[in-house]
Amino acid sequence: MTSRFPESLRTRILELLNRFPDKKAALLPALHLVQNERGFIGPEEEAAVADLLAIRPIEVREAVTFYSMFRRRPAGRRLLQVCANLTCTIRGGERILDHLRRRLAIEPGGTTPDGRFTLIEVECLGACDQAPCLMIGGTLHGSLTPESVDELLRGLE
Amino acid sequence: MDVKILSRPLDQAGRRSLEDYRAAGGYAAARKALTELTPAEVLAEVKAANLRGRGGAGFPAGLKWSFIPAGGSSIKYLCVNADEGEPGTFKDHFLLSRQPHLVLEGALLAAYAVGIHTAYIYIRGEYEIVARRLETAIAEAVREGLLGIDILGRGFALNVYVHRGAGAYICGEETALLESLEGKRGLPRLKPPFPASVGLFGKPTVVNNVETLANLPGIILHGADWFLSLGCLKDGGTRLFSLSGAVARPGVYELPSGTRLRDIIFTHGGGLLPGRTLKAVIPGGMSAPILTPEEIDVPMDCDSLAAAGSMLGSGGIIVIDDSVPMIVVLDRIAKFYAHESCGQCPPCRVGTSWIRRIVRRMAAGGRRPGDVDEIARLAGAMMGRTLCPLGDAAALPLLGLVRKFKKELEE
Repeated sequence: MTSRFPESLRTRILELLNRFPDKKAALLPALHLVQNERGFIGPEEEAAVADLLAIRPIEVREAVTFYSMFRRRPAGRRLLQVCANLTCTIRGGERILDHLRRRLAIEPGGTTPDGRFTLIEVECLGACDQAPCLMIGGTLHGSLTPESVDELLRGLE
Repeated sequence: MDVKILSRPLDQAGRRSLEDYRAAGGYAAARKALTELTPAEVLAEVKAANLRGRGGAGFPAGLKWSFIPAGGSSIKYLCVNADEGEPGTFKDHFLLSRQPHLVLEGALLAAYAVGIHTAYIYIRGEYEIVARRLETAIAEAVREGLLGIDILGRGFALNVYVHRGAGAYICGEETALLESLEGKRGLPRLKPPFPASVGLFGKPTVVNNVETLANLPGIILHGADWFLSLGCLKDGGTRLFSLSGAVARPGVYELPSGTRLRDIIFTHGGGLLPGRTLKAVIPGGMSAPILTPEEIDVPMDCDSLAAAGSMLGSGGIIVIDDSVPMIVVLDRIAKFYAHESCGQCPPCRVGTSWIRRIVRRMAAGGRRPGDVDEIARLAGAMMGRTLCPLGDAAALPLLGLVRKFKKELEE
């Protein structure tokens, strides 16, 4: 099957291959690139990646389903990842999650009907000195209060 | 004693460029090693320093390197473990974002000692911004002849690649990390063979934690005796303690190994949040068994914590105050391990999820007599029956918690 990826994405994936003696090792970096571009990794993307790395599609599926950062379905335009681990809980993380739940009227795992926000609970984000915290895209936001969360959301709307 | 080796220039925000690092004496250790020392001499110095791994297991780095079969031409790899996922730990994030060149110089020294020419920094997927910063630092070093080919004009080559994980705690375990780097699911391997003989792509491989490597420039510049004088007898140097939870001043504190836990919390961390009282402390990341307020005079080094029935682990200290019900702590721990068990070994896969189900019912108000004993029985059944340490890492804190706080959990 020929890849349906645009040339630029194809090139960037193929460039990764120089780093390893084995093409399959480029799988995780390739999937990050694909997800950044497409927003998720569906069967079509899986097949295209498998094709470029000369591996079977099931090997791609294994990685996509094993690693929690990879999404098989589109998410909202903003992915809100709220830490629900111990330190954040001690510092009021549950209050932050409850606030977001009410504010966006969705449960963790859900997406707002307008497709703007997806809310998920995650494990420790490695920023416990800024607990409670959440991550939006690659950016961390710490020392949260319901008020600062409101402000954050306004900035994104 | 106020020592700052790993965090020295970190006090000034933004001082992370190669120029800043060099101005502060950076890459002098690499120059010394590559121009004055043989690889065997570097290895001997690190062995003499008894540098214990900072990732969690505390295994001496020099000894680990010495397991790599000798021989100049065969392919070997260095994997830098930056998959910092242990809850309550954020010191590698701190080091990599503020001192990327200290870690790169450490990687260069390790590679030189062992004769390695390719290194992968496996960094957790969530640290995307740090990964980008690290790539910038690598490019800077290559430009200045400090990485890449013909380093410092001495003919030594080292290529370093940043490799992002994708959200799996288990990949911090060294053999799972190797599987993940090879593009597979992060399922730990059966050991032996150890990575030193059969590692990445089947080749001998050294896996070292970020903070472990960051200690190498100091050891090479100032010597093993200097390093040992900084900590305690068998556990030299300083440690980066990640302090979080109900403390007034959470943060990363660089202190000598063997600093008392009480001093870290009350002197350095400013004590508890106003109006709160200490109830318990997790001393070395979530996998470390919990300590009661009566137990916090313990020195924070590998052996003292082991003797106290816990472990130094990653040095992630989580302070728990009297406002936190122990069922909540139990719930977070049980949930975390049930989520992160890779599913390969039945005792861990079944044990963590079964315990989680019991704890969830207890947390929802449906406690039954015998619940706590049942959790202890299930945790005990995981101990020592799994391929990797995750089974024990889940069982030990659960056992400690239900033993020390049985009364509260049964109320």
